[in-house]
Amino acid sequence: MRLAVVGAGAVGSSVAELAGEYGHTVTALADSGGAVVDPDGIDVDGALERKDAEGTVGTASVADALAGAYDVLVEATPTTLGDAEPGFGNVKTALERDRHVVLANKGPVAERYGEVRELERESAGEVYLEATVGGAMPVLSTIADFGAEHIEAARGVLNGTANFVLSRMAAEGLDYEHVLAEAQDLGVAEADPSFDVEGTDAALKCVILANVLYDREYTLSDAAVEGIRDLPGSALELAAEDGRTIRLIGEVQDGAIRVGPRLIPEHGALAVTGTRNIVELETEHAGLLDISGRGAGGPETATAVLADIGRLSE
Amino acid sequence: MSDSTEVRSYTVRLELVDRPGELLRALSPIAEHGGNLLSIFHERGNVTPRGHIPVEVDMEATPEQFDGIVDALRDEGINVIQAGAEQYTEELTVVLVGHLVNTDLSNTLERIQSATGANVDDLSLSAPEGDEGISSARVRLSTNAGGAESALETIRAVADDKDLRVIEPLTAGETA
Repeated sequence: MRLAVVGAGAVGSSVAELAGEYGHTVTALADSGGAVVDPDGIDVDGALERKDAEGTVGTASVADALAGAYDVLVEATPTTLGDAEPGFGNVKTALERDRHVVLANKGPVAERYGEVRELERESAGEVYLEATVGGAMPVLSTIADFGAEHIEAARGVLNGTANFVLSRMAAEGLDYEHVLAEAQDLGVAEADPSFDVEGTDAALKCVILANVLYDREYTLSDAAVEGIRDLPGSALELAAEDGRTIRLIGEVQDGAIRVGPRLIPEHGALAVTGTRNIVELETEHAGLLDISGRGAGGPETATAVLADIGRLSE
Repeated sequence: MSDSTEVRSYTVRLELVDRPGELLRALSPIAEHGGNLLSIFHERGNVTPRGHIPVEVDMEATPEQFDGIVDALRDEGINVIQAGAEQYTEELTVVLVGHLVNTDLSNTLERIQSATGANVDDLSLSAPEGDEGISSARVRLSTNAGGAESALETIRAVADDKDLRVIEPLTAGETA
């Protein structure tokens, strides 16, 4: 397959770097400042070196990349809320050209799912979005395999930063501010951690799960979201006295979406530690199914993108 | 003949902490309130998920005596799972976070108990910043069968009223 990769952050760069190993050719790579386009395949290493040195991968425009020769658009620009631009516009352009789209960007399918599916219906291209929920973990493909109608609920730990903070607080008896500062030093948490610790990121993933499970359009405004900001260490200590712990859990059940800190058994499946993620699917006929793994990271999320590309019809 | 002199047999199910002397501590209120012990079934091998030991006690007492015994057991901090015909079959644990002391924790608990008929079995408070700061409390309630969800709704409403955060248990799927 010929890939146009738009977005050259951790995920987009990793997709471009790993594409050759999976038998694909990158014919365009774009970031917010420019693009490099070659129908015979671009020099990925050269483009990424140029980005390091000059701040952008090349001198062509993003529009050139979207208009170029490719079979699949890999949309890996940052997730934005509201109109989900520029991601949504990129998806639209590719589908209108009858190209496939593989998303790493959560925005278009968390905020404008109905429109994306409508564009897909009118296009010869297909849309896949495994990478938008739980990084390397095969959550959406498992739901697709089981059939969404056979999944009764989905719940789990869907944000590594919040989970790192809570599991460190529980293990070390430290307070929120202390652990957050440590997470920022380690590069686990962003300088502005709001998106993660206020539950927005986990909520977007739950919204996507709900869209896929119920095949209708939910957006962030349909989710009840509470974060972990300023949770005192004493809350975790009290939970531990009773063999429990606290995790930021996202739940999709009976058409409702909730994200918030929840009491769970200390040694239960959902009590993953560090930046590990887990999704538990409550299936109609097969009980609980747990999918755990690395929910974020460049190469990890890129593997989900590449798995989706493998699912596309030629 | 009034009911008060009519002796009946009762069964209570208790949940005891696994430590020496606990069984004796649980039995003394029964004797002190005039109950006549018939049998004690101590399920040592059958530990509850929290590491507690279920004990079933059969006794004879008048209804008034029996009420006094159940109250005395609860005053002693002994977890009464089932008393006579009254079955406490659902448990609910929440952690409350906020200005618990300033907003009158006992009033909070009273409101929860009176609105839901739930019983507070266990309370643990941690206030590292003192009365004025943010504190946390773990509250374990037992409710009648099917009562946990409505108890939770009441807890949410009371917490909302007092600007407290409720950390709810994740109930479905995993046994909490």
